[in-house]
Amino acid sequence: MWRVGTVVALHDETPTARTITLEVSDWPGHVAGQHVDVRLTASDGYSAVRSYSIASAPSSQRRVEITVERLPNGEVSPYLTRELAVGDRLELRGPIGGWFVWRTKQTEPIQLIAGGSGIVPLMAMIRSGAAAGSTAPFRLLYSVREPGAVWYRDELEALSARDDRVSVTYAYTRAVPKDWPRPPGRIDAALIANATWPSKLAPTCYVCGPTSFVEIVAGLLSDSGNSADKIRTERFGPTGDRQ
Amino acid sequence: MSPFTDDYLDGNAAAGELSRIFTMDVTAAEGQCAHCGAKGRFAEAHLYMQGPGLVARCAACEQVLLRLVSVRQRVFLDVRGMTYLSLDTSQLQQSSG
Repeated sequence: MWRVGTVVALHDETPTARTITLEVSDWPGHVAGQHVDVRLTASDGYSAVRSYSIASAPSSQRRVEITVERLPNGEVSPYLTRELAVGDRLELRGPIGGWFVWRTKQTEPIQLIAGGSGIVPLMAMIRSGAAAGSTAPFRLLYSVREPGAVWYRDELEALSARDDRVSVTYAYTRAVPKDWPRPPGRIDAALIANATWPSKLAPTCYVCGPTSFVEIVAGLLSDSGNSADKIRTERFGPTGDRQ
Repeated sequence: MSPFTDDYLDGNAAAGELSRIFTMDVTAAEGQCAHCGAKGRFAEAHLYMQGPGLVARCAACEQVLLRLVSVRQRVFLDVRGMTYLSLDTSQLQQSSG
């Protein structure tokens, strides 16, 4: 079932990523971690569908936010990040998914690990926890190319400064800020040991990013003693354009 | 280069297409692979989308669990790679609309 959303706001997160706020009159509400399918249809009838994670916390307003990264040679993302304007309409299917979700009734420690644009559904979980006044402690390990590529930075800093239940660790893979303690590099076993919840606390872990990132991180979490049924993953890749 | 292939997604990415057929969310459903007997959530299956349809494969043995192909006004669904699929009806109110 396809719904129609009207663009009510646009916000650039970085030079290549834009958050789109949609108002959907028949939106049934969502759970943090879910995604929507977006369908674009050309005048000749050709249509393309892409999946985007929902970035916003559930709210009583009939609004939903997605953040889209412009992919070189993408079929859909250049339109969404450059040409789409306030007042335009988009076709949406969703909310979708009931496994890679965080529900406000969960009180156990939560470990979030994002690779690049995989931050989006995890941001929805952090926002959902903050909005609900959740007692669940959240740790986010956010792997990103360089400081300028971080999405939602101001909000993450404000949340972690205000609320000691939210802590954020950045892992830069290509360029680091001046005097940064760790050289650029991928997430490894040492970082998992230092920046994530000890497995003895039995955190629920949510890992979202490109397929190879998810495979590596899920393996490291498992090696550090987290049981497979506490590790939830969501992969995106070039085939699905998942953001 | 990573030792892992980057050419699959996971069962989550099939949920939109499957919502055309199932009224309940399928990603949280538990299924059993008919080939190796592994049990897992459909969200954990490996999903291949490069072909004309969707192919979900077992994360343990990589055998085919489900195929879904749409041709004009018709949808073909092949689930013989799963012994069963177990859905939680308490999630009905929170599943996708």
